[in-house]
Amino acid sequence: MGWINAIVQGVLVGGLYALYAAGLSLIFGVMRLVNIAHGDLIVLASYVALAVVWGTGLHPLAALILVIPVMAAIGYALQRGIFNHTLGNDLLPPLLVSFGLSVILQNGLLGIFTADSRRLNAGAMETATFSTVPGVDIGLMPLLMFLTAIAVIAGLQYIFYRTGLGRAFRATSDDKEIAQLMGIDNKHVYGLAMALCLAVVAIAGVFLAIRANFDPAQGPGRLIFGFEAVIIGGLGSLWGTLAGGVILGVAQGLGAQINPGWQLLAGHLAFLIVLAVRPKGLLPRIEG
Amino acid sequence: MMEASPTIAVTRSTRSSRIAGMASLVLLAGLLAAPWWASRAMLHLIGEFATYVALASFWNLLAGYTGLVSVGQQAYVGLGGYVVFTCALFLGLSPLAAIVLAGVIAGLAAIPVASLVFRLQGAYFAIGSWVVAEVFRLGFAQVAPLGGGSGISLPLDAVRAIAATRDLREWIVYWVAIGLGAGAVGLVYLLLRSRIGLALTAIRDSNVAASSLGVRIERMKLAVFVLAAAGTGMVGALIFLQKLRISPDAAFSVNDWTAFVIFIVVIGGIGTIEGPVIGTLVYFLLREYLADLGSLYLVILGALAIIIMLAAPKGIWGYIAARYGISLFPTGYRIVWIEAP
Repeated sequence: MGWINAIVQGVLVGGLYALYAAGLSLIFGVMRLVNIAHGDLIVLASYVALAVVWGTGLHPLAALILVIPVMAAIGYALQRGIFNHTLGNDLLPPLLVSFGLSVILQNGLLGIFTADSRRLNAGAMETATFSTVPGVDIGLMPLLMFLTAIAVIAGLQYIFYRTGLGRAFRATSDDKEIAQLMGIDNKHVYGLAMALCLAVVAIAGVFLAIRANFDPAQGPGRLIFGFEAVIIGGLGSLWGTLAGGVILGVAQGLGAQINPGWQLLAGHLAFLIVLAVRPKGLLPRIEG
Repeated sequence: MMEASPTIAVTRSTRSSRIAGMASLVLLAGLLAAPWWASRAMLHLIGEFATYVALASFWNLLAGYTGLVSVGQQAYVGLGGYVVFTCALFLGLSPLAAIVLAGVIAGLAAIPVASLVFRLQGAYFAIGSWVVAEVFRLGFAQVAPLGGGSGISLPLDAVRAIAATRDLREWIVYWVAIGLGAGAVGLVYLLLRSRIGLALTAIRDSNVAASSLGVRIERMKLAVFVLAAAGTGMVGALIFLQKLRISPDAAFSVNDWTAFVIFIVVIGGIGTIEGPVIGTLVYFLLREYLADLGSLYLVILGALAIIIMLAAPKGIWGYIAARYGISLFPTGYRIVWIEAP
């Protein structure tokens, strides 16, 4: 039963990894930007949630009402203030600027909140479980996390393919000069894409904070998980990020089942195997 | 009546480059003689400076000239370090020989790594190389004979094998550091002046154009990747020979061996030979005066890198070179008019 349990829990954690990955995938799809600070922004969202819970006494999930708009606003400001100035044919500026941002966020959070690990308390729902078959219990929180990931990805998919905003995203992605000729303000569209990305990051950050302890140094790890889920799933595919997240989660779960020290290693190896065998990922959509 | 055609000559050097060349040799001689004029603390500082110059030059060769922006060079620093410890603990090989071996092993390890991460483009390559470094870190943490996750110390016998007295040991390690620092800068300079350098510059400017002119891009990138890994591995071997202790977290630290190095190169001037040296100077000065600020110091360093990337993407040296037209290590050709007598 241990193995089945490891797989089930891995699938559910995969939902969280898909939340890490969805924002990365969205931004890459719209503006070919890979944000090295993505993981640190997830951790920032956890700390924003912590501050909101301290300040208002709200339940962590209710705090999302405030955390999402705050993170979205930060995203829009970051894009208009910094990232828009780095976009162009040269790959280095966005990469190195987001790398600098990552170091600023990590050390800024360290300076403000110290290195102590924190956690958000979601009360009774943290321990609530459903029993399925003997030996496999499904926790309410992991299940909620997984269902949220499905809902978020379905929502993003809807925005991308069914709304005017999504049309603007796809137009700038296909050809930004022509999009501009059609009256689209690219800089604003990019700002909105980053705002949407950080809204997803906000949800991921709150779930991260409820699920386990977090501290300012955890960002790079989250970036790597999200990135691996994106590549396993296939560049530019939103549903692919869910598949990638689940595969990563299951690989880590099985690795931990063999030996606790192999949890992360097994996830990375699964990623490298996919890269070796199927470099475009499982459900590729975008070339390059 | 034919006019006398003006006499021209093609040259690679400029007045500033000849002065710089002489000054570099004098400086190098002075640094090699440092054990006779510098204090022990000073010697240590110069040695550390040289190791960072070497790391930065190799990273600059990768990112600045081939566009391979790696965030995973700590994989080779750590691997080099572990080679020294493995040699000392199990093979009884002298640490100095192990430094050379570390370069060979790091270069060999880079070949299969490249076959995987070269499938990723641009920024995805950056994170992919980082994942590989993480695999190295987690992998070495599982090797119990090398201390597992908590690390291991270098046995005293191995340290004594370098030289009999402490002074002489420190001098030898210092000379190796200077050799690696000067060697890295010199190697990049000579490489860029050669045929390979021309190909690399073409790749940097345009992949498509370079390829249409017959540059074999993938092979060239692989060669540079392997060379940078080998150099970085040797530097890593030296770093941990000095530290006398190694652990997976220290050996494969992304902050110590890659983040600082990226800042050094960006601040000094990416894609220039002088940049890594200038950047290391700036980094050491900032560290000297700001390190007491703790986490705020790193915030300042990150902000400085962002500002430079946005305002002067070629860094301090790129700005100076464009403003004053100086090139201390010229790699191109210039045409000089010679006055007819």
